[in-house]
Amino acid sequence: MVTTLTADTGRSTKPDVVRPSRHWHLRERNWLGGAAGWFWLFVVMLPIYWIVITSFKSQANYFSINPLAPPTDPTLENYRLVIQSDFARYFINSVIVTLGAVVPAVLISFMAAFAVVRGTSRLLRGVNGLFLMGLAIPLQATIIPVYLIIIRLKMYDSLMAIILPSIAFAIPLSVLVLSNFVRDVPNELFESMRMDGATEWGTLWHLAFPLVRPALVTVTIYNGLAIWNGFLLPLVLTQSPSKRTLPLALWTFQGQYSVNVPAVLASVVLTTLPILILYAIGRRQLLSGLTAGFSK
Amino acid sequence: MTTLAPPTAPVGQHTTTTTTTASGGRSGPVVWMALPALVMFVGFGVIPLVGVLALSFTTWDGIGAIVPSGLTSWRAVLSDPGLPHALWVTFLVMILSWAVQTPLSILIGVFLAAHKRYRGFLAVLYFIPLLLSSAAISITFKALLDPNFGLATGLGIPFLAQDWLGQANLALGVVIFVVSWQYIPFHSLIYQGAVRQIPTSMNEAATIDGAGRVRMFFSITIPQLKYTIITSSTLMVVGSLTFFDLIFVLTAGGPGDATRVLALEMYQTGFQANLMGPASAIAVILVLVGLALALILRRVGGGSASESQMEGA
Repeated sequence: MVTTLTADTGRSTKPDVVRPSRHWHLRERNWLGGAAGWFWLFVVMLPIYWIVITSFKSQANYFSINPLAPPTDPTLENYRLVIQSDFARYFINSVIVTLGAVVPAVLISFMAAFAVVRGTSRLLRGVNGLFLMGLAIPLQATIIPVYLIIIRLKMYDSLMAIILPSIAFAIPLSVLVLSNFVRDVPNELFESMRMDGATEWGTLWHLAFPLVRPALVTVTIYNGLAIWNGFLLPLVLTQSPSKRTLPLALWTFQGQYSVNVPAVLASVVLTTLPILILYAIGRRQLLSGLTAGFSK
Repeated sequence: MTTLAPPTAPVGQHTTTTTTTASGGRSGPVVWMALPALVMFVGFGVIPLVGVLALSFTTWDGIGAIVPSGLTSWRAVLSDPGLPHALWVTFLVMILSWAVQTPLSILIGVFLAAHKRYRGFLAVLYFIPLLLSSAAISITFKALLDPNFGLATGLGIPFLAQDWLGQANLALGVVIFVVSWQYIPFHSLIYQGAVRQIPTSMNEAATIDGAGRVRMFFSITIPQLKYTIITSSTLMVVGSLTFFDLIFVLTAGGPGDATRVLALEMYQTGFQANLMGPASAIAVILVLVGLALALILRRVGGGSASESQMEGA
């Protein structure tokens, strides 16, 4: 019934009682949704179009022609300026911070989610309650003590200073999403693993891990984006230019070259490009992964 | 891995029925698995949370010694007219951005839920703003809203040539617009997924009963999305407390203090004015606001879908 292909011909004004599938209804006359959809597409794409074309304009061009017209003398000068401003180093810093935080964060969250679902001790319930509380609290509010702790650990102005709090901040939501998925694993599977003499550790990796993989992808992508784009932690916990991550570099670059809008926009394009490339490769997994994790 | 001996459990454990769920004997090794996450979260989440309360009773400039000073910081913060103002701005941003995002996200979500190829393509484009950092988005809109070389000239609409970031009300509107621009895609996707889970039989039954499209939207789609609306609203509302980077780069709280939300007030007091004590007091207020909101939302919605699932398990 759901796979009926008559949606496009179902324009008759009277509802057909014989095959009143959801398609016929939700698809055809949703003009309000359609208007919102197309309007928002325009709102989303216009700035993106503008960023890209402007980043190829010379400064003279930027000031002289219509802002929405493509450059009359396309130039790569802006990109050269950005690359000369050490963006390769900032890119590497961002990669180190993101990988260094996301991989451990997801692994330990997965282990905790498994423990929270499989264990019955009161202790574990308390641990889970603690993580859930972390969801309600804006963790940015803890930035001052985090700064103090990082200073005391003698980690101030290092990439490690960004990585450690990033891991902690990622835990609550990751555990929540992952434990929802671990809970869906049929208990019979756990039991049969146990009958075969598997340890909990073995069950974790050989049974739960493959079954929960979609949720692991979701959580990895979500945290990866949040940490790659993170601004407050690098701003507060680092100082020297050599420790800058991309968002922070973007901000300081903008402060330095605020008059040179095309160059600033070239830096926006360059810092986003790696994510866009990953998105182009894995967009199906990303979109379905995100909705799978959060629509539950 | 499987050659390792099973965890030592009382003999009676094995003789009990095999269909029982995890029992005390197996909790031992399982508890250890939660330990790394627990240590990290306590170290950089719980201890700082307690620490921020402790620091609010001290005087500290961020570099020198931390000196206990009783209620000095609290007095300073609570008597500062900047605090109620920041609370008000935070509240405005929260409510207005929720009111803009929710209806649009639901509409777009329903629109995208249709299994049509071109809409799948649209979904790919919709998602792009979520890939950009708040810093990048703020920088872009700052330039795009320039009255002379931005959108107004580009589209030829003189009305758009306002001093967007220079006037208090306009700047607040810009913040809400940019927030929506960044987050509507994400919430649309949540709604898209939820709409696809609504059983088709419900719409079929309604059609047989002669319900119209609008009626079905309000009588079936919206009630069926109840938990999703609560989840999405919770994310929006709690998330709105953390719109730090976006506002910091876009307006830095200006013009004047027109867009200075609580998180920004905390940062500027602590890391720009070097008053860590009062800044910690503001942070405590921020935490309390977050907790209060979460409690209210739970009361309103009777617990989100994921939480009720958890309790039911």
